[in-house]
Amino acid sequence: MAMTEVVVENVEQNVKEVLARYGNNPARMIEILQDLQDIYGYLPREVLREVSHQTEMPLTRVYHVATFFKAFTLKPRGKYTIQVCTGTACHVKGSYRVLERLEDVLGIKAGDTTDDLMFTLETVNCVGACALGPVVIVNHKYHAYMTPAKVESLIKEYREQ
Amino acid sequence: MKRIESREALLELYRELAGEREKEEKYIAVCTGTACLANGAQEVYDAFKEELAKRGLDIQVKKGEGSVSLRGTGCHGFCGRGPLVAIHPRKIFYQLVRPEDVPEIVEKTVVGGELIDRLLYEDPVTGERVLHEEDIPFYKKQMRLLMAANGQIDPKSIYDYIAIGGYQAMAKAILDMEGDEIIQEVIDSGLRGRGGAGFPTGWKWEDAKKHQSPVKYVICNADEGDPGAYMDRSLLEGNPHSVLEGMIIGAYAVGATEGWVYVRKEYPLALENITLAIEQARELGLLGENILGSGFSFDVKVARGGGAFVGGESSALMASIEGRVAEPRSKHIHATESGLWGRPTVLNNVETWANVPIIINKGAQWYAKIGTEKSKGTKIFSLVGDVNHTGLVEVPMGITLREVIFDIGGGIPGGKEFKGVQTGGPSGGCLPQSQLDLPVDFDTLDAAGSMMGSGGMIVMDENTCMVDVARYFVKFLTEESCGKCVPCREGLKHMLDILTRITDGEGTMEDVELLEELGYVIAHASLCGLGKSAPNPVLSTIKYYKDEYIEHVRDKKCRAGVCKALVKYIIIAENCTGCHVCFKRCPVGAISGEPKGIHVIDQEMCIKCGICKDVCKFDAVKVV
Repeated sequence: MAMTEVVVENVEQNVKEVLARYGNNPARMIEILQDLQDIYGYLPREVLREVSHQTEMPLTRVYHVATFFKAFTLKPRGKYTIQVCTGTACHVKGSYRVLERLEDVLGIKAGDTTDDLMFTLETVNCVGACALGPVVIVNHKYHAYMTPAKVESLIKEYREQ
Repeated sequence: MKRIESREALLELYRELAGEREKEEKYIAVCTGTACLANGAQEVYDAFKEELAKRGLDIQVKKGEGSVSLRGTGCHGFCGRGPLVAIHPRKIFYQLVRPEDVPEIVEKTVVGGELIDRLLYEDPVTGERVLHEEDIPFYKKQMRLLMAANGQIDPKSIYDYIAIGGYQAMAKAILDMEGDEIIQEVIDSGLRGRGGAGFPTGWKWEDAKKHQSPVKYVICNADEGDPGAYMDRSLLEGNPHSVLEGMIIGAYAVGATEGWVYVRKEYPLALENITLAIEQARELGLLGENILGSGFSFDVKVARGGGAFVGGESSALMASIEGRVAEPRSKHIHATESGLWGRPTVLNNVETWANVPIIINKGAQWYAKIGTEKSKGTKIFSLVGDVNHTGLVEVPMGITLREVIFDIGGGIPGGKEFKGVQTGGPSGGCLPQSQLDLPVDFDTLDAAGSMMGSGGMIVMDENTCMVDVARYFVKFLTEESCGKCVPCREGLKHMLDILTRITDGEGTMEDVELLEELGYVIAHASLCGLGKSAPNPVLSTIKYYKDEYIEHVRDKKCRAGVCKALVKYIIIAENCTGCHVCFKRCPVGAISGEPKGIHVIDQEMCIKCGICKDVCKFDAVKVV
């Protein structure tokens, strides 16, 4: 399957708008990058360059923040982000088996996106729904008490949506 | 919203709102905390809304006799049983409520005053149905100083908070008390930081007060990163104003003019509710210039975390607010002298701040009566894992682990054996059966090789492998280590290599010794709390579960059936009915057998995914 092309548009304008939200204050870099990621689904190279340009911060500094925090991704994301909670309670209840099964079914490792840009698979360190573990979250929807046996039908459900 | 300019105005508003609340004959409280929402609480709330409107009972439509108000409240704590609904004034407590149940609840209980048996909690021991929240064993031994309001108020309404006496402690503090008096009160109360380390809160404030500076900050650390812990999230979601009120009092005491709440981005609802709370408080004049005419001005901003565990470390958190990466610095100068932007800063955790209004309202003496000699007040724990009743529990300090796990938590499900309880998150340790009668307080848990931490309490049964748990935490910390100092960055990596070797069945006895040695070095040479406490999960499991390490190394056996390299899945012939389900579901075709015949797993092909065990209804698949 060919990698779907991602178009990055309106970079200058979007960066300008987001910066204005935070009074053009580079101290709010984490939130600035989070908002930009909300627009593009990830942090494209052009966007980081533009942030550096408009804030007059060295690109290395912007890149440092963008690669330090787990919230950021420099790669395009899928239509659905599947987060497997790997908090302690979920781990004890077998979330690692659910993760392995998801990796098998999707043919990607945690942190990657399928070539058709349908699914991004990632792990998250506890979402605080510990009483319901193992928990899998697909685009903010919680799926409680997951098992490896439920994985295939879950993926099918989203593929058909 | 009308600004409140004086104490009298606040009091008047309180009387008016409290009076209105008393007149409210009937109200329905639907828990809309994250866990209940995940279980469908929004649909339940909407169904109530619709049903009440249909019957013309909605108080927002028609005030007067018989009308009912509906509240989406914060977390009630009994998360394993959600969605939870309480029907007032009788406080009838329904659990596992579905939208389909709603018309019946309104018809029978709200209007008719009858009970619906199947929605009441059933005591697993006596089989009796329990009517009220406080009579359920899960709640009986709790002491809910901080959590109680969660079930009574709509966290999105500042008026609800004021109606139950909110912001009165603030008024008392900023109008009647000097900063030093407040600090003395907090010192006398014995309050210690709930974020994990247990540093006396009043001392921290005293130190920040001492340092002269035109600008000082207070920070609320809501970067609750310990996996398996979510009490701060519930407080911030369910009662954000209590945290804010605590911060205002603290800021006044130390002379700060600006506050920050640092919330992790994995908690969208907490972020939403605290942001709204700040806006509402500002509109009413409880934040901003000249609060209640006291001459004291203070405002609060919210910062979103970026998803880094180390971001919860105080100096790393401040770096992160300043827009830099969350790397800790060495702390020979305290934040109370030079913290955020080089100014004196008081940083406390969510739960700590929420305790402050209670101390000011009720007095240090009252507060100090709760708990043990050196650990005062209550502590909220997230009781999760292999335990019957999962959720948030608030207990007085000094209660034993056994009481929490067996009386409140109802013991281990499925008649399995208790193996251990993990407290303190990745910085804590695992404690076995022999330690269950330890009182829960800061110093006792430390001495036992674990720690109180922020309040995660993960119960583990016989199917948990302790070596795997140690490996799990070290892997977590390896990924979360910021990489600034060598002992943590490199040491943990080696620990992970060794533990992986052991769980793969390739470890040696020397490896276990090396783990202990490495642990000692990392604990003593790391820069910040993350590294210093990182070896705890390994050292505590070696201390209490050494035989499991030895089994992995010597016998190549994992008794819990967790470590893949050391186990295999087999089908017990006597139990197999030939239902053929596992055959159909096996993703690699490793199972052979005809329908109605006995099935067999090909060990060469098996990838040990566990699906056959999950789908077998006859308990025929075993892990050996």
